[in-house]
Amino acid sequence: MMKKTRSTPPALFLRFFRWFCNPQLRDYIEGDLFELYREREQQQGKRRADISFCFDVLLLCRPGIIRPRQPFRNPNYFAMYKSYFTIGWRNLIKNKGYSTINVTGLALGMAVAVIIGLWVYDELTFNTSFQNRDRLALVMCKQTNNGSAYSGTVIAPPIEDPLRNQYGSHFKAIALTSFPGSRTFSVGDKQIVNTGRWVQPDFPAMFSFTSKYGNLKTLNDPSSMLISSSLSAALFGNADPTGRSVRIDNSFDMTVAGVYDDAELKHSFLADTHFLMPWENTKNWLANITDWNNHSCNLYVQLADDADLATVSKQVSAIPTPYISQWKEELMLYPVAKSYLYGKFENGEPAGGRIQFVWFFSIIGGFVLLLACINFMNLSTARSEKRAKEVGIRKTVGSLRKQLMGQFLTESIVVALAALFLALLLVQLTLPFFNVLGRKDMSIPWSALQFWLLLGGFALFAGILSGSYPAFYLSSFKPVKVLKGTFKAGRSAAMPRKVLVVLQFTVSIALIMGTVVVFRQIQHAKDRSAGYLRSGLITVNINTPDVESHYDVLKEEVLRTGLVSGMSRTSQSPAHFSNNNSLEWPGKGAEMATVFFRNVTVTADFGKTIGWTIQEGRDFSAEILSDSSAMILNETAAALTGLENPIGETVTFNKRTYTIIGIANDMITQSPYDPNQPALFVMKGWTGTAMLRIKPTASIQQSLATLEPIFRKYNPSTPFTYQFVDEEYGRKFSDEERIGNLAAIFATLAVFISCLGLFGLASFVAEQRTKEIGIRKTMGASVANLWQLLSKDFLLLVVVACVLALPLSFWFMNDWLSHYAYRTVLSWPLFAVVALGAIAIALFTVSFQAIRAARANPVKSLRSE
Amino acid sequence: MKKYQLGEFEEIVILTIGVLYNDAYGVSIKKEIETRLSRKVSMGALHTALKRLEDKGYITAHDGEGTEERAGRPKKYFQITALGKRAMDYTRSTRNDLWDAIPKIAFKLSGGH
Repeated sequence: MMKKTRSTPPALFLRFFRWFCNPQLRDYIEGDLFELYREREQQQGKRRADISFCFDVLLLCRPGIIRPRQPFRNPNYFAMYKSYFTIGWRNLIKNKGYSTINVTGLALGMAVAVIIGLWVYDELTFNTSFQNRDRLALVMCKQTNNGSAYSGTVIAPPIEDPLRNQYGSHFKAIALTSFPGSRTFSVGDKQIVNTGRWVQPDFPAMFSFTSKYGNLKTLNDPSSMLISSSLSAALFGNADPTGRSVRIDNSFDMTVAGVYDDAELKHSFLADTHFLMPWENTKNWLANITDWNNHSCNLYVQLADDADLATVSKQVSAIPTPYISQWKEELMLYPVAKSYLYGKFENGEPAGGRIQFVWFFSIIGGFVLLLACINFMNLSTARSEKRAKEVGIRKTVGSLRKQLMGQFLTESIVVALAALFLALLLVQLTLPFFNVLGRKDMSIPWSALQFWLLLGGFALFAGILSGSYPAFYLSSFKPVKVLKGTFKAGRSAAMPRKVLVVLQFTVSIALIMGTVVVFRQIQHAKDRSAGYLRSGLITVNINTPDVESHYDVLKEEVLRTGLVSGMSRTSQSPAHFSNNNSLEWPGKGAEMATVFFRNVTVTADFGKTIGWTIQEGRDFSAEILSDSSAMILNETAAALTGLENPIGETVTFNKRTYTIIGIANDMITQSPYDPNQPALFVMKGWTGTAMLRIKPTASIQQSLATLEPIFRKYNPSTPFTYQFVDEEYGRKFSDEERIGNLAAIFATLAVFISCLGLFGLASFVAEQRTKEIGIRKTMGASVANLWQLLSKDFLLLVVVACVLALPLSFWFMNDWLSHYAYRTVLSWPLFAVVALGAIAIALFTVSFQAIRAARANPVKSLRSE
Repeated sequence: MKKYQLGEFEEIVILTIGVLYNDAYGVSIKKEIETRLSRKVSMGALHTALKRLEDKGYITAHDGEGTEERAGRPKKYFQITALGKRAMDYTRSTRNDLWDAIPKIAFKLSGGH
């Protein structure tokens, strides 16, 4: 009762004091404050005492008295985590073998995933440097005839006019462009060959070119051109070249009006565009084309802000239809954003493209990573059973289940992080190699936050996933059972592990199968006869009037060297015939309207130089004047015409009549995976390529050194550049070879990772059964018996995996092969060999451990403990 | 060589603890200083000094009884430790040394003004 009548100090200040004061001092100081308050209250009255109290509290609010920022906390927390790491580390060190297998396997898997991830990212970001990317579209044409359709990006230039004048409101900008072509630039005595395009004036703005020097809006002037910063550096060094004149191909002059930065174009389809020349220049023959049939260039448009691509595409589709009679031709707009990854068309409709590779490699990467994670999980769960006793002791001493879970999780996260570190090291070391293989310029984005978040997140995820089994299962053990020794992990505990091993080997074997089939297919296509001998064949561009006028003298001098067995001219290198046109012959049916013939203009000595064989009729001859209207067909073309006796027939090509004089054998000039294509050879037309065959007895290097001065003599303005036909031919395989090589690397890694896991598991089982083996040995079991005992279980798993993988890969690879017209046949023996190989490797891996365990001295194993 | 660190106010507090001997706790120390030195001492300053002295090991504390006017809160009694004693001695002797070192003439001159 007394207390209640007593007055109290101001509650707010008291509360404030209690809040800020260090808990260790609070009671004593509070006591002092109360004591003083009472005293003052009695001596000076409540009011004065209250005021003094407030002052005292405020003056107490100083560093020594205020509680530390982190309140009183349990110091064992830190020690606990420290102990997690210490124990985790000691466990790693104690089992060096397992830890190495664990960390290496996971690191390899992560490295593969990171490399593939970088590659996929690189593919997905191609062509993304254009600011208006979403508004840009490529105008394509679609040709339909008799139910079959074809879509292509090459259009006839006349369609530009109606697009601009009738439908102009839908577009912000329209630009025609040629394909990249190479030209020789001369400034003073510097000569540089580089590739670029003829373009209409809006082109640089549409693709957000940025100016380094000068003005990029100057392509209206037919005599000024824009060059890339790298070409500018090569020609002019660091100087500003605007206004300088450059001689092109030693035939005309252009003024540099601006320089654009090509660094940001590197990762786009404009990477090889080092100059832009104005469309309206008289040297650009494309600008004069008025024929709606002449498909010869690309057309890009930038849509107006309110225009919808699909609607506009439909509206403009009928533009060329009235002008073309042979088939139905329509236009369509295809987004530039999709043109790279979804650039393939089948029967006129979009049919994927590079995006398929992106998926293909993403899946491989995912699988390899999965295999590595399975290893990690299997090994840590297998190992953790040995630690049951540790769990028992820890629990007896007072560990909570939560703490044990924390410990196991920490351990696996430590391993995952170590693997991540190793993986990054691996990637950094091997990336240059993969860049060469994949023709990329990839690098680890060290400074990108997302990259780190992704990796860290993954390491954490892998750690938690593989640590979850020991964390949840082991921590539930009853200490009494474990310590008494009655605990035994049952058969059921090993079951998930077995399933995972089967999964691992199924994936690995399927990957190996896939790789073998890819290589078989490449080899199959390589073994295909090309129809001519490629070695020693080189082509040289005739790009200036100088060569043109001195060709005969040049040829004579070249042949006089004795190093060259033949020289002729052709419109295209035999490695690749690109022209495609229609041919009219007597009795041609309507269904043949869309059949095109590769047309090549050659000189009379072409056949002798390339070494074709004439099946029927005769070869061209320089002596027979009428051969200027003679034509030679290849076998496929002759068969296609359906003419019973084609020799002597009169046909129409390009509005001129020709007489067929001979039939040559088929040559592979297109994709080696496609059926042979019809081709026709005439002697009338422009022949811009010289083709030479160096004698097999002559050294290529020496011959080239001898030829160079001869070419330089008659073509002083251009460096002597040449292409090897066999190299160009080899490039036809590059896509498949690249995929094959990458797939081979990843499949090998997959097998390696799987075997690593198997090795770890085998050694674990052998160790677990040491006593059993010891007893069996003393009872008289032989090493062979024991080896069989230990290997049998694992071998069974691999056999099951084979049985699963065979039909799976057979089905997938059959599907893949069906894309090729010329393809190898899948045969069961091939698959059987792969399966046997996989079993052999697995057996070898397991045997290594099994034999070691079987050979051990039983006395030692029985005496232990 | 700051072997024994003892601030001016800390010195006063530790001396007072010595003076009060067995009855040195917050309020009594405060009152003692206020009466002897006729200067105001705030609780804040005093407790900060006490804590610092305790942290340095010059004084130790033990809990006392909680009285009614303290609303049951315990008193914290302070005692000088051996280390504290040495610190006090050190401070005193350095002072004395300084006093002794002042030449007589210094006082005469200042007195002459």
